[in-house]
Amino acid sequence: MTDHLPIQLALDVLATRHAYAVFTALLCIGLYMMIANPHLVKKIIGLNLFQTAIFLFFIASAYVHGGSIPIVESGGAPEATLVSPLPQVIVLTAIVVGVSLTAVGLALCVRIYTEYGTLRTDALREAMAEEDDLPAAGADSQGGERA
Amino acid sequence: MSDLLLPLAIVVPILAATFPLLLGGRYDRIGWPIAAVTAVSLVGMAAWIARTVFVVGAPTEYGIVHELGGWQRPYGIELVADELSAALVVLVALVAAGTLVLSRVIGPRGNAFYSGYLLLTGGLMGISLTGDLFNLFVFLEIVGLTTYALVAADRSGASAYASIKYLLVGTVGASLYLIGVGYTFLATGSLNMIDLQSAIAAVGYGDPLIRAGYAFIVVGLSLKIAVFPLHVWQPDAYQRAPDAVTAFIAALVSTSAAYALLRITYTVFTVEFLAANGAITNAMLLAAGVSILVGSALAAMQSDLKRLFAYSSVAQFGMIVAAIALANETALLGGIVHLLGHGLLKFGLFLGVALLAYGYGARRVADLASLARRAPYLSGAVVVLGLALVGIPPSVGLLGKWYIALGAVEAAGAGDPAGLGIAAVMLVSTLFTLAYVARIVEQLYFAGADPGPGDAGSSTHAADVPTQPNASTQSDAPAQSDAPAQPNTSTQPDGGREGHGDVPTGAFVVLVVVTVTAVGLGFAGFAAYDLFEPFLGRMI
Repeated sequence: MTDHLPIQLALDVLATRHAYAVFTALLCIGLYMMIANPHLVKKIIGLNLFQTAIFLFFIASAYVHGGSIPIVESGGAPEATLVSPLPQVIVLTAIVVGVSLTAVGLALCVRIYTEYGTLRTDALREAMAEEDDLPAAGADSQGGERA
Repeated sequence: MSDLLLPLAIVVPILAATFPLLLGGRYDRIGWPIAAVTAVSLVGMAAWIARTVFVVGAPTEYGIVHELGGWQRPYGIELVADELSAALVVLVALVAAGTLVLSRVIGPRGNAFYSGYLLLTGGLMGISLTGDLFNLFVFLEIVGLTTYALVAADRSGASAYASIKYLLVGTVGASLYLIGVGYTFLATGSLNMIDLQSAIAAVGYGDPLIRAGYAFIVVGLSLKIAVFPLHVWQPDAYQRAPDAVTAFIAALVSTSAAYALLRITYTVFTVEFLAANGAITNAMLLAAGVSILVGSALAAMQSDLKRLFAYSSVAQFGMIVAAIALANETALLGGIVHLLGHGLLKFGLFLGVALLAYGYGARRVADLASLARRAPYLSGAVVVLGLALVGIPPSVGLLGKWYIALGAVEAAGAGDPAGLGIAAVMLVSTLFTLAYVARIVEQLYFAGADPGPGDAGSSTHAADVPTQPNASTQSDAPAQSDAPAQPNTSTQPDGGREGHGDVPTGAFVVLVVVTVTAVGLGFAGFAAYDLFEPFLGRMI
């Protein structure tokens, strides 16, 4: 009897709070992808997954069963349950932020690819270690080329 | 009237950021003038805000408050300027103006850079002034996005890689912060900082959602502050970024994240929350202590100047986080003074490093060999700033560290053994700082061919009291005369050692002003207490 309880609890959580379980899973998958995958574009995909998990969290937490939008007509009485619109607004803003981050990240990827011809971090690290053996790195090497 | 300045200080730079791109097609060099006009007007606004807060007295007990769109607390978004915000706004405005003087000479150039620069300035103003948790997230991301773009502004592959590393880590940081805000919002139903103060107290400091929310916020912001072991992005970003960008972001970006942590800890969660959750403060103190130690040790091992000072930032921000977690009045005052003072010192140091690289091609500690004879005043300024970072009195570096250490000892006296650990770690860190600053001094004054001890000694003394007009002309003159002989005296066949052979006057004047301010503020110990006493009184 006693060892049934935790399983039952877990099932209960899955049945009623499955959105939060998905949120946690997506968060962890996204984070793992960013850490473990050596490919930069896949890291950015992982980042998107990570952010999507957070959007899901906000939307799921804002859902109220039987609630209605918080618009009250003038003179009319408010509905029984009104839903706070703030989480949706937050998610909209966060989506915009996420899109611009993805754009900047991909732009940087393009530049890295044109410079080194690869997007794998291990290959990039090797290429940069070689570059650092040269007398000067970064901005100096450009000055040297010009001179 | 003065409350209208708060939205203006944010909106003006963000709107101005569109002009260089809009007008760029027609006028090639429109970026710098637009940025300069904006920066000067921001300095004026910051001065007025500071005057209202510190001299005249703020209109409400929370400082200057502006409700955006006239929506009242807790429904609308507020902008608030109290003593701490006003001080940070002044720092942001001054450093932004100083950066422009530098970037005019050493680049990066182009209208896109100035758009990014203005957006970043607006974002930093926003972080300093906002009174809303989610609004803070938006400004954090504005600052983040523009910083990623600026780090990669010199269009090299290495800086793009450093930037994307920063982007991935920084975005995770901001996202974790957002989760923390979400948890807090779920528990309380509010996002307004002042309103949350009482709302969190009503829910209870032991509530799991509140605790988890704070933990997520601390970890998220620690990624942005670059506390060990979450600092990995920072040395690469500082090293690979263009020199002028490094000076700007090293002075302000991590500083603004640390400010956000301080603000959220004390205004939103309050000191009672820290007192009720010993495990959280102990974890913060542990991370801060390790950060102080490891940051200093790694800094002492670096050969690249920008990397060296980047790791030094990891240690200094460890001290600030420790001051936040110690949660007594002395330590918090130390944290505030060190937050502002470190921003100023790092701006000066990275400015000096940028000028050394521009004038003499010196990027590594070894490249500095006997540069003091060719550039006595520039070297003198860098050394004075370095010693201020160590904490030699009188300097703003000493003031911050002193109050933090004193607060740590006070905490130990009040029965918190972690305080003693922080004080000990800070002492060790100071020794490490002395070690790497001494290495720079040794290279500048005593290394290289034909060391004349009397010669080096006299230039040390001369450099300590630079007078501005003489300083620029004299540092130029020997440099130019020595320049042709330089390849012969150079001990290493190092391609990096090519410079313009002189130091731009405008940027040098900024460096001297920063140096004099950093030393002068060292005398302002009691003034600092008087200035921030109302803030400390409200927080603790």
